[in-house]
Amino acid sequence: MVLNPHEQTSAVQETADSSLDAKLVARCRAGDVSAWNELVERYSRYVYAICVQGFRLSEHDAEDVFQDVFAKAYEQLGRLRDDHAFRPWIAQLTRRTCIDTLRAGRREQATEAEEPEDLDDTLALLDEALTVRDALAELDGPCQEILDRFFARDESYRTIGEALDLPQGTIASRISRCLVKLRAALEDLGSSDRPVNG
Amino acid sequence: MSYVTDETERIAELLAALPPAPLGWVAAAQELPFARASLDGLLARARQDAALRARLLADLEAALADEGIPATPAVVKLARLHLEP
Repeated sequence: MVLNPHEQTSAVQETADSSLDAKLVARCRAGDVSAWNELVERYSRYVYAICVQGFRLSEHDAEDVFQDVFAKAYEQLGRLRDDHAFRPWIAQLTRRTCIDTLRAGRREQATEAEEPEDLDDTLALLDEALTVRDALAELDGPCQEILDRFFARDESYRTIGEALDLPQGTIASRISRCLVKLRAALEDLGSSDRPVNG
Repeated sequence: MSYVTDETERIAELLAALPPAPLGWVAAAQELPFARASLDGLLARARQDAALRARLLADLEAALADEGIPATPAVVKLARLHLEP
């Protein structure tokens, strides 16, 4: 099979991402608490997004699923057959836990639980988004901070300016420059497993 | 040039797709190793002692308090995972 350039990039990125996961999982198994903290930090947004965007759970149900998923992941980490497969494993764990929660809720209303029709598209988008976050982690701290605040946290120029002590008039150009760096980091991840400095 | 713009817009869309989970949720999940350590002895005893197991299942939070174990969300989740069928 011949992959198009975008698919080739995604495949290499997945390999790089899964190597990092495998190292973290191995450290967790060895009892390294800081590795567990890193793994939770790394996947917290992903699990949260599957709950609220993929399955459109209420905040209350999402919190319950979120805690359930990480508790199960912690307890069952030793059963993971392939350390490189942590991402699909936790995605599946989250998916099953969300379905169980929906079923429990719908049983009370005597209707059948169904996955949202666009679930697979949403999960594919979130997978791609996680790869972008890995590339973001390769940039310098200020770029990570400003891009995360503006896009992921939806903060205004004013809030960002106040938080980072930057003139509001410079925020847009900084975001633009950082996006260019992020794009380069993504391209570099596609052509090499080597980390990129922002 | 439009390629660059489209690509950048896509990256922006993907960044926006993963907002942070609430800090308290993340902190609770990060407490799991400590929760597990605090529960180890109790869970081992519950496997041998049917009365203790029944007490834990009947009112987990109260039973944990009796044992001097703070019923944090991580502790409660882990305990339920081990105790409930």
